[in-house]
Amino acid sequence: MNIDKNARYRTSHEYARKEGAEVVAGISDHAQDSLGDIVFVELPELGKSFKQGEAFGVVESVKAASDLYMPMSGKITAVNGDLQGDPSLVNKDCYGKGWMIRFSPTNAGEWDGLMDAAAYEKEAGKE
Amino acid sequence: MNLAPEALIYELSSPGRQGAALPVCDVPATPVPAGLARIELGLPEVDELSVVRHFTRLSQKNYSIDTHFYPLGSCTMKYNPKVNEVAAGLHGWRDTHPLVGEDFSQGAIELIWKLQEALREIGGFKAVSLQPAAGAHGELAGVFMIRAWHLSRGDSGRTKILIPDSAHGTNPASCTMAGLTALTIPSDAEGGVDMAALKAALDKSVAGIMITNPNTLGLFDRNIEEIARLVHEAGGLVYGDGANMNALTGIFKPGEAGIDVMHFNLHKTFSTPHGGGGPGAGMVGCSAELADFLPGPVAVMRGSKYGLATPAKTIGRMKSFYGNFGVLVRAYTYVRMLGASGMRRLAENAVLNANYLKVLVEKAYKVKYPRRCMHEFVAMGDIAEGVHTLDVAKRLIDYGFHPPTIYFPLIVPEALMIEPTETEDKDTLDGFAEVLLKIAEEARTNAQLLHDAPTTTPVGRLDEVGAARNPVLCYRG
Amino acid sequence: MPFIANSDADRRAMLERIGVGSIEELFADIPAKRRFPSLNIGEPLSELEVMREIESMAAKNVTASTCAWFLGAGAYNHFVPAVVGAIASRGEFLTAYTPYQPEVSQGTLQAIFEYQSMAAALLGMEVVNASHYDGATALAEAVLMAYNNSSGRHRVLLPAALHPEYKEVIATYFAAFEVDIAEYSGEPQAAGADASTCCVVASYPDFDGEIRDLKAGADAAHAAGALFVVHADPIMCALLKSPGELGADIVAAEGQSLGNAMNFGGPFLGMLGATSKLVRKMPGRIVGQAKDAQGRRGFVLTLSAREQHIRREKAVSNICSNQGLVMLQTCVYLALMGKTGLKTVAELCWNKSHYAASRIATVPGFAVRTKSFFKEFTVATPIPAAEICAKLTKRCIVPGLPMSRYDPKRSHELLVCVTETCTKGQIDLLVESLKEAAK
Repeated sequence: MNIDKNARYRTSHEYARKEGAEVVAGISDHAQDSLGDIVFVELPELGKSFKQGEAFGVVESVKAASDLYMPMSGKITAVNGDLQGDPSLVNKDCYGKGWMIRFSPTNAGEWDGLMDAAAYEKEAGKE
Repeated sequence: MNLAPEALIYELSSPGRQGAALPVCDVPATPVPAGLARIELGLPEVDELSVVRHFTRLSQKNYSIDTHFYPLGSCTMKYNPKVNEVAAGLHGWRDTHPLVGEDFSQGAIELIWKLQEALREIGGFKAVSLQPAAGAHGELAGVFMIRAWHLSRGDSGRTKILIPDSAHGTNPASCTMAGLTALTIPSDAEGGVDMAALKAALDKSVAGIMITNPNTLGLFDRNIEEIARLVHEAGGLVYGDGANMNALTGIFKPGEAGIDVMHFNLHKTFSTPHGGGGPGAGMVGCSAELADFLPGPVAVMRGSKYGLATPAKTIGRMKSFYGNFGVLVRAYTYVRMLGASGMRRLAENAVLNANYLKVLVEKAYKVKYPRRCMHEFVAMGDIAEGVHTLDVAKRLIDYGFHPPTIYFPLIVPEALMIEPTETEDKDTLDGFAEVLLKIAEEARTNAQLLHDAPTTTPVGRLDEVGAARNPVLCYRG
Repeated sequence: MPFIANSDADRRAMLERIGVGSIEELFADIPAKRRFPSLNIGEPLSELEVMREIESMAAKNVTASTCAWFLGAGAYNHFVPAVVGAIASRGEFLTAYTPYQPEVSQGTLQAIFEYQSMAAALLGMEVVNASHYDGATALAEAVLMAYNNSSGRHRVLLPAALHPEYKEVIATYFAAFEVDIAEYSGEPQAAGADASTCCVVASYPDFDGEIRDLKAGADAAHAAGALFVVHADPIMCALLKSPGELGADIVAAEGQSLGNAMNFGGPFLGMLGATSKLVRKMPGRIVGQAKDAQGRRGFVLTLSAREQHIRREKAVSNICSNQGLVMLQTCVYLALMGKTGLKTVAELCWNKSHYAASRIATVPGFAVRTKSFFKEFTVATPIPAAEICAKLTKRCIVPGLPMSRYDPKRSHELLVCVTETCTKGQIDLLVESLKEAAK
């Protein structure tokens, strides 16, 4: 299992990573692996605001579909348009080219409630 | 099986060819205003013989009940009697119109009425409607009825429907369409509804439960009457998913055991052909309490005449006209041919065949709930290191069998759901079991045979990921 | 018993192998007091006896095979070539199920792909799915699709002259949603679409037979940010501009007229098409092209993550089956009719209905109400239309639908449908009979 040490995680397998004042989010390596080949990613409109835990999009493989949940509350500032043409980027490089959204957090304190890499590794290992 | 590649109908097209002879216009022509007229119509041009050969060759690329054993669990792929087709093909049915008026369609309404009566009796219901066009459609009607019943009593707080985790995906999807929230109830160690979880979930927000019995594991829930009692006590209603009624005709009447509303799939239990995906028909039956809420119209008897009527508090129409009438003719033919003793004998043999097959294969294929099953059972396909259910399924094809349902129900990993039906004889079951055991042996000695399967078909395993990533959904010339 | 295979000897041998003494023991899980109830449905009958009973019932119906037929209103009497039934009755198509195993279902899958392709061309859509129960449920799902695709828009605008049964089905499907279904009269561009409207629905033609201006309707709906949903007569689309060409985002159609019998109202064929932008919000099965490891072309069910067996309570619809065999019949019909044949059918409908209308207009007391029509038009009658229908049907002339069937206020209106199956002689007979009936 590949884990981004700099990111924090939700139990539903989304990661969040601080980049300047903003946060980049996507799904963990463990999540992309259990979903299998990803065929479609639905991402939100720019400027839309979500609360922590709210669904911001959907990821689909051939046999499964899974909602994507906001790791923190925030307003969307960018989405990864490359995923429309090549959703396999999530399989190949989930923490890099397979990122999904960038948002400006509206409640910075939520960061502390997320699991760090070590805790997530332990959590995901249970499955 | 026809292994040769078959061109698309568009690739057979050549300008100026024609496949149909139509009459010459015998009235003066009226010009079509230029602003309305269509310029280009992108249909192929093919002669009649080429069309016949094309579709005949395509048909030869299918496995079907008429050609192969088809033990697709939960789908009840029984033999579809040929007499059904002759009966449904009569001009008196095919060429009659739903709006010509009751006086001029007495025969059609009579058939609907008689089938209503027969299905009502088989299910133990007080009233039925034949409007729904398929099982999922009947289910949706049933959930609408539950919702409407609560609302009619001024009880608008009941927004949840309990659904066992073994249920078909249509159950939760129907709830959403009826504005209700599906709440999953786990299964117990025996494969039935977990009674403690059920009791804990029951409160004033529960509109009812949707229960498939026998469930998708092929197991009859012995607590059915207790489940119904508890749900009723909590003010809820019990929906019965009749997908598996093939185990119960003449054996058990759900309507007498506390099921308030239920659908039957006429294309499963009542032998109407599946047609490559439909049309089905989804009768919905119910208790006296719910009869007024049925979707309409339904057939009624008025003196010596038959008529159509809409129940007083109906949830409305589920489709135009009166259901999939052509399918109803087939089901009626079947019910008449089997009669009461035949109905019981069909369920007996469906259950006998499933238990027999289970005994033959369960040493090689684990069965998660090793109880006596009803009309089907769920085995597991992870029979050797690195071998999955999908491999077993594909290898079966090479031996000339349609695979069972795979990866369903979701609560059994590597599920292989096998439903032989009563129309198969012992010899077929013996042959199928022998092949399953042989495949288990291959899995241990030469698993590559399984991974490479099928090799006897027009195409091998197809790249479903590529198909979904870059969808090509139409011919692109 | 012919459909139950095992003999008594087989049963004994099998019970022994299972290790039980009797069949009854297999049912021990069923509550004892409920086990083996009596069934009052009669005893088994032979094929001969059953067919005798069914034939005698079927003979009681008035049929288009023996009458001059001018009744449509959602179920149409069109010519069905012999090839359609011959192909559809092949057991390999008839007795297969949903193509879950693509390697042994290429026949069904390729036929669906060809249907999708031809139906999309006909309706002018980029994608058509593998079908719904009928035109009414396809339209209801189309409206649901538009509703689910728009956030915060709660208004659906339906034409007042939509088929009354279609309106009822939409009302049933939306019973649980917070949605405001309003009706508009006349042209769709005057429907009153605004920022709260998720879609404007137009009927092409409407229930009275009137052909509306779709282009202007689509422009007005789009200007308000709403989707434009069209219910179309698919045969009309062979002669007149397709809904897609005129700006529709979603098209639903009743495909019964394309190669399928009237069957007392079912099974029919719900056709549903959309622009490719909307494909992932589309309900129902869809077949796509794929390749195997050797590069051979094949077909698979695709984009399944939209559907109930995967997404369960979050699925876009609960639909599970499609109208497989009816869809196949339409596929064969479209292949056989092809480019010129289908257009000829449509022209025959157009010419014969216009001839009929011009003749009926000359009968004293009768007037044609519909201005622009294809094969169906509304006629004002001097006496209640229901009386005319009752009188003429007894003489094997079925003149149309009395509009009072759905609206008692419209007692003096008759909806007349003329297809390619009607001869000039039958049309002239209808005209003479109307004249006589009104005397």
